[in-house]
Amino acid sequence: MSIPFLYALVGIGLFCLGLHALIVHDHLLRKILAINVMGSGVFLVLVALARRGGDSPPDPVPHAMVITGIVVAVSATALALSLMLKVKAATGRAELPDKDGG
Amino acid sequence: MLPLILALAAGLGYTVLSLPEQVQGLQGAVADQLEKSGVTNPVTAVLLNFRGYDTLLEMVVLLLALLGVWSLGAQPEVRTESDSGPVLDILTRLLVPVLVLVAAYLLWAGAHAPGGAFQAGAVLGAAGVLWILTCGRLQHGLARLPLRIALVAGVATFMAVAALALQTGRQLLEYPPAQAGSLILLIEVIATVSIGLTLATLFLGVEPTDKE
Amino acid sequence: MEAMTTLAWAFDALLGLGLLWLAWRALACPDLFKAIVLFVAFGLFMALAWVRLAALDVALAEAAIGAGLTGALLMAALARLGAD
Repeated sequence: MSIPFLYALVGIGLFCLGLHALIVHDHLLRKILAINVMGSGVFLVLVALARRGGDSPPDPVPHAMVITGIVVAVSATALALSLMLKVKAATGRAELPDKDGG
Repeated sequence: MLPLILALAAGLGYTVLSLPEQVQGLQGAVADQLEKSGVTNPVTAVLLNFRGYDTLLEMVVLLLALLGVWSLGAQPEVRTESDSGPVLDILTRLLVPVLVLVAAYLLWAGAHAPGGAFQAGAVLGAAGVLWILTCGRLQHGLARLPLRIALVAGVATFMAVAALALQTGRQLLEYPPAQAGSLILLIEVIATVSIGLTLATLFLGVEPTDKE
Repeated sequence: MEAMTTLAWAFDALLGLGLLWLAWRALACPDLFKAIVLFVAFGLFMALAWVRLAALDVALAEAAIGAGLTGALLMAALARLGAD
């Protein structure tokens, strides 16, 4: 398997790691970390698949998309962190409530 | 839960591995139009010329996130000015001018080498974060209107250039090839300042007020 | 240059494994401060991965925004979480 496919598989692994952590953990900060890891995995797959041209230079359009994605991810993270602090201020804990109504 | 995610990983892995090994993406098409784009770095050409609409919307998304954070109101205050020790003060005094210089270099080099407006704006944002951590207050009168004008200036310039292209009979955001380089530089300079300020204000978390 | 290709392949394999391991440790760490520090290190490893994939603009953006600013935002939020 060549280099781009190695990184694409790593990206898929990161996406699944983040997805698992997103579902399993209750604390909101961990969920935000998990979403960031998922995003990084997706970006890795995009840029790795752009490297498949062999000897020619890499495809610049996925690079531009990933730069856009990184900036959008940091904006979403900032907004999500503010929302988390508001949840903490309103309910006293920065966690999602348990399914038993806790 | 775990078997489902492993199955998802296996399915995605199989899909990716069954993609063709060698594929010519869009690098040929970009290289063909590169001299008409005004810059020689293909990523900057794609970001600011060929897919300029995406970049415009991305800057709007940054502003929207800032609006969202501001509209959520006050955050618990943690850092006061008296907390910063001498190490942070001296480091900030050394680093902020260097960071501004690096940002200017990245902005200028973005036309022909790796770099560009977003990277330069992020380095400016880092300088802003350092400044917030040590000093964190603005001159009297600067926190209200001038800050807001500077935040919106990037998107406003971009939209003005887009509208200008419409006025002269071209498509939206279609730069005339002769002036494309200077237009891109103009957009990038103002966008860098806007992006840096937006990122630093996102770090601050609340609307900055004038302190005496 | 057979040795160079093997070396490059070994470097890429180690980088990929390091990325996966750092992400797993950052997401599974019980202490939130350590988790954020590991996440910043993960961001810097990602910047190296971008360089290996010949995506230099993305590497600059990831190092500045992904690792630096996201780390600063997360630390500030953690401090505000523990404030009251």
